[in-house]
Amino acid sequence: MNKRGRRGVLFEVGVVVAIALFLIVIMPLVLSGFRLTLLGRFLALAIAALGIDLIWGYTGLLSLGHGVFFGLGGYAIAMHLKLQVPQGELPDFMGLYGGTELPWFWQPFHSFPLAAIAVVLIPGMLAGILGYLVFRNRIRGVYFSILTQAATIVFFNFFNGQQKLFNGTNGLIDYTTLFGATVSDSKTQFVFYVLTVLFLAATYALCRWLTSGIFGNVLLAIRDDEPRMRFSGYNPTDYKVLVFAISGAIAGIAGAFYTVQSGSVSPRAMDIAFSIEMVIWVAVGGRASLIGAVFGTLLVNYARTFFSEQFAEIWLFFQGALFLIVVTVLPDGIVGWVRKQNFRLFRRPTEISTYPSLEENIEVEHESQNTRN
Amino acid sequence: MKAKILETENVTVSFDGFKALRNLNFNMDVGELRVVIGPNGAGKTTFLDVITGKVQPTEGRVLFKGKNLRRIPEYKIARLGIGRKFQTPRIFLNLTPRENLELTANRNKNVFPTLFRRPASAEVNSIAGLLETIGLTDKPDIAAGLLSHGEKQRLEIGMLVAQSPDLLLVDEPVAGLTDEETENVGELLLALAQSHSILVIEHDMEFVRQIARQVTVLHEGSVLFEGTIDEVQNDPRVIEVYLGKPSE
Repeated sequence: MNKRGRRGVLFEVGVVVAIALFLIVIMPLVLSGFRLTLLGRFLALAIAALGIDLIWGYTGLLSLGHGVFFGLGGYAIAMHLKLQVPQGELPDFMGLYGGTELPWFWQPFHSFPLAAIAVVLIPGMLAGILGYLVFRNRIRGVYFSILTQAATIVFFNFFNGQQKLFNGTNGLIDYTTLFGATVSDSKTQFVFYVLTVLFLAATYALCRWLTSGIFGNVLLAIRDDEPRMRFSGYNPTDYKVLVFAISGAIAGIAGAFYTVQSGSVSPRAMDIAFSIEMVIWVAVGGRASLIGAVFGTLLVNYARTFFSEQFAEIWLFFQGALFLIVVTVLPDGIVGWVRKQNFRLFRRPTEISTYPSLEENIEVEHESQNTRN
Repeated sequence: MKAKILETENVTVSFDGFKALRNLNFNMDVGELRVVIGPNGAGKTTFLDVITGKVQPTEGRVLFKGKNLRRIPEYKIARLGIGRKFQTPRIFLNLTPRENLELTANRNKNVFPTLFRRPASAEVNSIAGLLETIGLTDKPDIAAGLLSHGEKQRLEIGMLVAQSPDLLLVDEPVAGLTDEETENVGELLLALAQSHSILVIEHDMEFVRQIARQVTVLHEGSVLFEGTIDEVQNDPRVIEVYLGKPSE
């Protein structure tokens, strides 16, 4: 790596640390407890958006089923929380439906480390297996999107229908303690908030690493011309499976942080509408831009909060309009648009549609400079 | 007898009864530069598809360095040492020429080695050398989408070479190029022929004349004639199906 590249990385690390510190130190002073938890929840959603951007923006896989992975992560941590009951007792809802014994697969969730591993591993492995079956058969594009939608329906119906196992429609709610601390206590919530910020930064770093260098270029190349990659000796299936699994695991982490801060997880997380919403956040912020994914998530969710507090009726119209505007006017999202304006902060090679050689051709540039002198 | 790099034995490819290739017997020596010509629909592109594993032969077999390629996926065939250049340049427009070359030059293309790869200085040097060979030293770091058509063609040939294959399959490399660019590409291929076996598919007879030693004429999916360029141009059957009446 050359000197300029290394300085660039240090600069970026500095910016991320500064933002994280700002969120952790300054924001709590400014915002009330409720507002802070709200921000924490949105930041958790931003983690999931990073995962979507990784597979959609960079690898070209439009998943409309990430809610499944998000929900699984949420359920995994919620199951641990629901087991914070005196020895021998069952989680409250089970008794209501006549359950007398803890289902076998609940057992491992007594242990926090196992639950934490499950948050990452279950969605990650499910995504990996699903991805392998789909990508191996070269199912791509809109067919892949439809399959992911089908997955949301399967999981939604399963969790919705299992009263005894997962409390059905209501989902897992009313958490009491975690490590002996009261979950709803503002101090506990603050810890969740800080952890969310840290995990967001870590996920950003992970995605940044994956999408830079030759691996990132392989992903872009798969997105742009997959068959060509095969003839160059790459097996796109392996790359897509790995990236999809990572993206699923990221969504699982996001779901866990969202769940502990919102105090509930229900099959609604696996509803198709929620999965599509996630895609909208990324589209609004800007595909193939990690900052865009985070920014878009915060923007859309704050807009939703604002609108539903002020004019509850029109939020859905607004969301629809927002998406239409982005698709028709800003196909690269807000960050993509800003980049095109060539502000110093996001400086990138300018995109020019007419007479590119006049502006980009080094020979031409060289000549025009010489003639000027 | 010289070792064969590529042989096809009675290869037939039929798509719903239509035979794109019929009983094709073809072979070329290691180190040979071979040009394949033929009218549209003669099966030239299908021929490359069969070699690279995109299409499976309905009958017969394709041998690369004596190894049967049946049921080997495309990416493994590429790793065995067959590189393919497409008719319209298929480079990655969102990457720079340097990144395009890095991508194909990557030695181990499995997921994890690629993820944890550290660029070796030897590789950086060989890419710099390649950029020089294909004449793109002055624009290695602009988006490849901004290159001219001729530059794209040369970049794709460079990507093939970076892959360091033993056999290069080049499909109509000079389609849509100016005369000057055509000559550049011709020289580039001749230079590469020193160290690679190359199979070129081409329509442009002027260009074929520039580079060809041995020419194979395909017609309706099988070999019609094989010989030097002069023999080909004087063969009555070739003239009838492909070249047309010689003009004075």
